[in-house]
Amino acid sequence: MLIEFIIYKSIICVAIFALSLGIAAYSTWWERKFAGLLQDRWGPSRAGKWGLLQPLADGGKMLFKEEIIPSVSNKVLFVLAPGLFIVTAIIAGVLIPWAKPVMIGDSIYPIQIADVNVGVIFLLSVGSVGVYGIMIGGWASNNKYSLLSAIRSSAQMISYELAMGISLIALIITAGGTLSFAEIVAAQDAGFANVVWQPLGFLIFFVCALAETNRAPFDLAECETELIGGYHTEYSAFKLGLFLFAEYINMFVSSAVMAGFYFGGYNFPFANELYTALGLQEGHWLISLIGFGAYFTKTLIFISVFMWIRWTIPRFRYDQLMNLGWKTLLPLSLLNLLITVIVEYFRGNINF
Amino acid sequence: MQLTNRSKVVSNKEQSFAEKIYLPAIISGMATTFSHLFKKRPTIMYPEVKKEYAPVYRGQHVLKRDENGAERCTSCGMCAVACPAEAITMESGERKKGEEHLYREEKYAKKYEINMLRCIFCGLCEEACPKEAIFLTDKIVDAEFERDTFIYGKDKLVEKIDKRIDVTKRQTPEVLEFKKRVGLRHNELNKTIEKKH
Repeated sequence: MLIEFIIYKSIICVAIFALSLGIAAYSTWWERKFAGLLQDRWGPSRAGKWGLLQPLADGGKMLFKEEIIPSVSNKVLFVLAPGLFIVTAIIAGVLIPWAKPVMIGDSIYPIQIADVNVGVIFLLSVGSVGVYGIMIGGWASNNKYSLLSAIRSSAQMISYELAMGISLIALIITAGGTLSFAEIVAAQDAGFANVVWQPLGFLIFFVCALAETNRAPFDLAECETELIGGYHTEYSAFKLGLFLFAEYINMFVSSAVMAGFYFGGYNFPFANELYTALGLQEGHWLISLIGFGAYFTKTLIFISVFMWIRWTIPRFRYDQLMNLGWKTLLPLSLLNLLITVIVEYFRGNINF
Repeated sequence: MQLTNRSKVVSNKEQSFAEKIYLPAIISGMATTFSHLFKKRPTIMYPEVKKEYAPVYRGQHVLKRDENGAERCTSCGMCAVACPAEAITMESGERKKGEEHLYREEKYAKKYEINMLRCIFCGLCEEACPKEAIFLTDKIVDAEFERDTFIYGKDKLVEKIDKRIDVTKRQTPEVLEFKKRVGLRHNELNKTIEKKH
């Protein structure tokens, strides 16, 4: 039994780890391809068909470049930072319930690494730890641009975490008071996806997710025009690669979180009717596969939207960023919370 | 005093709510970028697809042979004189007996070099040539790693016997007629040379 459990968990861990890395690698390809398409170009087209080998070429380049550690830097922290950044980015992925549980024999195997019962809080805390990678990296570089970037980035993340947290409270009320990711997704099986009840909440969460992942228009941490490269100015070779890679993993995870929290994850309209029409029993592996396909498609769409936004909107100024975070998003999320409570009271989901 | 009516009064008005939350502007911007997904792209996939050059494009030079395959160049030096960049040098040689199939006239260019780094591809050499021997083609000069390799000798300039280069587009009757016009410098020079003979 224990052996079985360990094998099953290892398989799923390795699979999701590989998935995260693979998606992150191919996000870099799709980012460039999509940017090209939006700008009337073709994007990468030389490495393999449609440039599909581009991530390999980029990775190879990063691996074989000269690695420079500035002599004035704090070496331990300098080396630690990219690792910390990428580890926190990957850790957040353990929560995502990719599909309905599979039943083999009598035992149930959820397609999820860990169903933490305080999943939402875990997610927020891991997200907050993510800022340490940038902060430590920027500080350890001993470069004023990196330091400025690190300060900016941490201020930005703290400001937007607030609105994000409050919009998530409203979501939890709608989802029936559970903090577990798997249960939030499962609750959307019958009825509507949460976005129907939480349109404003979703919008706030989306904007905050952009800010949390340091994506444009909130990429003040990198900000080439002002800060050279921001927190990774001094980084080279694969350490730089890890930073860039972690950004894409972050994006992948937050896309998956949005798809799960607000768009029903592996559920889709008329899913149960489809399964009955196909004659599939609860727990059949095909149900999980179709559900995984639905979830994955939603995630990819969100990743594309992230990129679409990046290549549309110019970067915010620092004061605009703070104004938006504190004066617009925070009051809006509080308003959203109020409306949610009133609506849920009349729907009969809350009792005082 | 108002000089023109092009001046604009700067407005510093407060942003409206719609402007403050940025969303309408963002959505219209995203619609704009999205519409570009389906636009025609001006990209030419270079090594596979090549842009068409004009038939009279001025690229790398060629030293033509005549119908029998003998080199037309007689090493008169008109091109070198005409060259504003002083890119052309040559050394003359005398044709021996039995070399008639190689060189059209008794005097030929033993060495003929064009420095492609100096050349400005103006086409004056082509215009100056009295023997219709040198032409510019639509081939682009290759990139090289060393400066010396940019000095092209006869091995690269003279057209291959089995790979003749078509220059009829730039050697039209009009062009030939034009080249004979009185008053062109190379014609004057030609005359003086002929008189000396």
